[in-house]
Amino acid sequence: MANSTTDKSKSAALPENPPLTTMAVVAPIVGWLIPGAGHILLKRYGRGVLIMISVVAMFLIGLGLQGHIYKPNGGDILDILGFVGDVGAGVLYFMARIMDWGQAAAAHATGDYGKTFLIVAGLLNFMAAADAHHIALGKKP
Amino acid sequence: MTLTHFSAAVLFALFASIVFGITQRNTTQEMFRYGLYCFAMFVGGVFVAGWVMWLLRR
Repeated sequence: MANSTTDKSKSAALPENPPLTTMAVVAPIVGWLIPGAGHILLKRYGRGVLIMISVVAMFLIGLGLQGHIYKPNGGDILDILGFVGDVGAGVLYFMARIMDWGQAAAAHATGDYGKTFLIVAGLLNFMAAADAHHIALGKKP
Repeated sequence: MTLTHFSAAVLFALFASIVFGITQRNTTQEMFRYGLYCFAMFVGGVFVAGWVMWLLRR
């Protein structure tokens, strides 16, 4: 009972179908390119910094563990999904491609952990970008 | 860089939990609690999986 009242008051406070604003488009794109920057742009500084630290740290740990950086490809479905995950890290991914990081043959088992860290860093950044979109729309405080 | 499987799992759990907490909840308190919950589930899952593998190996 109490929960339904709370849900109603929450849904009343947050609009169901808010209009698409410029910020709702720009914030997730900026957030994708620079992890956490979407939240910082929306003045959620604490959240933005924490997301930035988390995604960048995961990406760097992945590189440190000699994880593989996937290139755009049309081959095996797992390779395609690997690329989609990696590219989620935005500028970090493009920098790694330009500097030719993550291309060394995996010398030990940690390379597999590294690949996972790199992919998950990108996927978490996609989640953060979607969150920035919702904040900009006013669907989330 | 070398990490043990356990330390890699704990770092993974830490960073993933932070982002899960921030993106999946609305208020700061809920974010903190959900982040802690996710972290506990990740690390707990590591221990459970470890014991399951130990049992399977016997």
